[in-house]
Parts: sequence; structure tokens; C-alpha cells
Amino acid sequence: MSISTNPWVWLAAFLTLAIYSFLYKDNLIYRFAEHVFVGASVGWSVAIIWHLTVFQYIIDPLKEAILNRNILEFILVLVPTLIGLMYFSRFSRRKGWLARWPIAVTMGYYTGISVTPSIETNIFKQVEGTILASFNPGSLGSWWALLLLVGVVTTLFYFFFSVRHTGFVGRTAKVGIWFVMIAFGASFGYTVMARVSLLIGRIQFLLHDWLGIIK
Amino acid sequence: MVKIILIFASLAVFISPLCASQTDIIVVEDIPNDDGSALLISWEKPDYDVYGYQIYRLDQGTDEYIQVGEITNAEQTEFIDYDPRYPLIPGIQVQYKIISLDHFGNELEVIGTSELVSAKASLFNSYKVNSFIATVFIFGALIFYLNYARKGKGLFIRKIAGLDALDEAVGRATEMGKPVLYVPGLSTMDDVATIAAINILGPVAKKVAEYETKIIVPNTNPIVYTITHEVVKESYLEAGRPDAFDTDQVYFITDVQFAFVAAVNGVMMREKPATNLFLGMFWAESLLLAETGNITGAIQIAGTDAVTQLPFFITACDYTLIGEELYAASAYLSRDPILVGTLKAQDLEKAVILFLLLGISLFSLINYFLIHSDAINRILASILMVNS
Repeated sequence: MSISTNPWVWLAAFLTLAIYSFLYKDNLIYRFAEHVFVGASVGWSVAIIWHLTVFQYIIDPLKEAILNRNILEFILVLVPTLIGLMYFSRFSRRKGWLARWPIAVTMGYYTGISVTPSIETNIFKQVEGTILASFNPGSLGSWWALLLLVGVVTTLFYFFFSVRHTGFVGRTAKVGIWFVMIAFGASFGYTVMARVSLLIGRIQFLLHDWLGIIK
Repeated sequence: MVKIILIFASLAVFISPLCASQTDIIVVEDIPNDDGSALLISWEKPDYDVYGYQIYRLDQGTDEYIQVGEITNAEQTEFIDYDPRYPLIPGIQVQYKIISLDHFGNELEVIGTSELVSAKASLFNSYKVNSFIATVFIFGALIFYLNYARKGKGLFIRKIAGLDALDEAVGRATEMGKPVLYVPGLSTMDDVATIAAINILGPVAKKVAEYETKIIVPNTNPIVYTITHEVVKESYLEAGRPDAFDTDQVYFITDVQFAFVAAVNGVMMREKPATNLFLGMFWAESLLLAETGNITGAIQIAGTDAVTQLPFFITACDYTLIGEELYAASAYLSRDPILVGTLKAQDLEKAVILFLLLGISLFSLINYFLIHSDAINRILASILMVNS
């Protein structure tokens, strides 16, 4: 057993235990760790945004455009920057309405830009993967593909909102929700396994890096 | 006479490779259907032993070649020049030089240099015609049903249990004198789930304002925060209670996932909200949030389109909006004819997808068992442009 002499490992171990103390109940040590975590993360984010966004996408391109006397490039950077700066107008009571401009631009831009990729990935690629192009009764893969097709079709019935779920539609939708729940069960087990591996990682840190009990 | 012609012809065949300039050896072609950011370079394999090739490019206006690629397979004599570090600019002429490599990676000799070429940006990407048709259809359906709804024709929406419980949940918070916690997910504005969560926030905040309860909206994204702040403020105004709006009830915590979770868990333990609403995009934090809310005894309604997180919400929450139920929520809550019209249009789109799935599968199987035609296969594949 060789306990770590590195003060940073001790600090990390203390913060790990402080966060885990929440399992008992909300307490002063947890609150301390929570505030340190939030404060450090915000400070880190500000530094990252300053260097990787403000400098990389605003200051440097503006400087370059001025040096190269490229007016178009200058305008292409300046206009979005000004729109973004309008977010700060919400700190003013009188000019707060200006913050709605960048909101409108952001909402419109993101909604528009996600239309084509959504169609391609959520519709075409999914339909392509579900289509039953061939069927060999002797092959287990064919039966799985058929099951997939039945599952997708019946699940789609569940997500019809403007049709009454009675009769044929109701029965098909019920089969669909069974497929959905079975899929969720499988996903639950799979994800829990991944979470347990995260816990093992933390325990390994405490017992190996900090206390040196395990090698 | 015929003999003379044959002699000249065979001489021409023999001499032509000797006379060919180095530029004939390298062919550069524009890649179609792109934004002019890629060129295809192909060359002939030399008749001596090589290990690979280095590809150099000279941009118009510069006097130095830059290396844009290296190939370590002598048989590969094609290269696509597409590298964001050395972007091609449409209209700017470039010239390529290929140098062969020996087995130690040393440069052997220049295989050739290309002619001056430039990449071309295409106005249309013909591979995306199906996406274009689908977009036109979706917007067409939307416009049709919006007009239909505007004419005042009632459109039916089936029951969604999680949303029916919203009234009860907000009412419970009012009775207990405790706040409602609303987490609009951890994603950005480009996520459909975030947009849906913000759409639901409006009616919920209005209800909260009408009941004179408090709503807490912690945010993890600065842009989402600005929007949720405006939405809540607007809802208080609509409810006729602008004075009751406290700007500090909508706030930004941090954009780091687990620091945000630690803070929200702390809020749940200290403020003890009577109702927790987790609507939007969630990742690994879903169970941490929902479990803590469960411990505090709050009534919990969750909704997300993250398939891997839905099981956790179903396990730990009272009601869960599954996938598209989240998108349908704003129409369901407001019963606004225009929003209900969009829901009807979405149902029509799903019906078309169903038709495509079953139709293409059926025709594929008929072709597979009875017709055996490659042409039919290609036609069916081209509907989805699966090979593009």
C-alpha cells in the first residue's frame, strides 16, 4: 500500500468523496464541492470561449481583413458579431427588446439548417436500413430483418397523433409500444453497464491512484 | 498503300508515349455536386518499382508547392484533394505535381505535373434531389394543413397522458406553495428537442403565472438561456402578471454537463420543487436528475427524443413523453389551430414514410422471388439514393 503524495490527487480524491457524500444527504461538504465544480467549469468555459471563439472567429479574422483591406471579409465577420452582441442588450431595460433580433436569427438559422440533414438521416437512412430487400426463410438474419420492419411499422402507428387509437390502428399501435418498451429495456441494461464502468473508474482512482491499495 | 498506312500507324503508336508531355500523365478532374472544395487527381503508375507517391499543389499567386497528400500504395493512382487545412478556392487555378517514393520513403523522381485547373462550385447537388422533393412535400403539406386549420375546421389530437398531467402538476405545486422546476435539456438551439422544450415552456410558464406559483429554469447554454428568459417573461405578460416575473428565476449555471447536474441536484434538495419538468435533449445526466427528483418526492414529467435516455426517465419519472410526443406537446397544450395543423401535416409525412417502407419492401421482395431484375433494384434504390 503506497498512499499518494501528490497534493492534486488528494484534492481530486477529496472532491470525489465530497460529491459522493450526496448519496447520504445534501450537506455542507457537497455544497462546497458543487460550488467549486460550477465555478471552475464556468471559468474554464470563459477561457475556452475567449480563445477558441472570440479570438479565432472574431478578432483574428477582423484583424486579417483589415490588414488585407478585404471589405467583404470584414463585413461577413462584423455583421454576425454585431447580431451576437445584441444578446447583451437584455442588461438594459430600455434596449432589452434588441435581444429578440439574435434570438430570431438563431432560431431561424438552426431550424433551417437542420431541415435537410434531418430528412437525410432521420428519414432516408432509417427507411433504407429498414427496407426488406430480400428474404431467405433459412436465414435467421432475414427473420430479424422482417421483425425490424414489423417493429418500425407498428411503432409508426403509435406516433400517429391525429388518428383515434381504436380498432386496427389501436391494436397495431399497442404492438408498436410493446416493441418500443422491449427496445428501452435492452437499452437500459446496456447503458447501466456503461454507468457501472464509470463507477469502477472512480473507485479505481480512489483505491489505486490515491490510496495505492490495488495495483 | 495499305502497308504504308499501317507502318505510319504503328510508328505513331510507338512514338506517341515518347512525345507525350508530362502533363498528359496527370489528369485533374473537378468533383461534381460539391461546393468547389475538391479535385480528383489521377496518374499513370510508372514502369519502375515504387512504394508510393507524394502529391504537391501550386496555388495561383504563390511560388511554392505545398504537400497536400501522400499515398503509401503503389497501386493507388488516384487522390482526392480535399483538406480543410489547404482549402481549394473555386476559380483559383492550381497545378499538381506527383513525385514517386522509394521503399525508404525518399522521393525518387517527378512523375509529372498537371495543367492549370480550378475547382468549380455546383449550384445544385443532384444527389440531393430526393431531399429536395421531400422538403417540398413537407412544406406543401404544412401549408395545406395550416390553411385547412385557419378555415376553422376542427382537427383531432389523441390523448397524451404526460401532457394531461401538466395541469395537475402545476396545480400541486401551487397547493404546496413550492416552485416548479423546468430543465429545458442540455443541448443547443440546433437541436429539435430544445426547440420543442422551449415551445412547451411558454404554456407552462403562463399556467404558472396564472396560478401565481414560482418557476425555476436553470440553463446550460447561454443562447438557450436568453431565449428561455424571453419566453418566461412573455408568458407572464400574456397571463397579465408582468409584475410577478422575477428575472432571477431563469438563470444560466454552466455549460459543463456534470457541474450543471451537481448544481440542479442541489437546487432540488434545497428548494424542494413540487414539480420537476425535464423536457428537451438529455445525455448521461438524465438518471442523476430524475433519481434526485424522485428522492425529493416531486411529481416528475420528462420528455426527450434521446432513445438511450428514455428508459431512465420512464423508470424514475411519473410521466414520460416519448420521442415525437415531445414535438407534439406544444400543439396539444395550446390547441392552437395552426400548431394542430402542423401536427396533422407530420402525420401525413409519417403515412408517406410508412407507404415507402412497405411499398419498396413489397416490390423488392416481388423482384427478388419472381422477376430477378437488376434494373428494378436500381430504380428502387434510386428512390432513396442509397448509393450516393
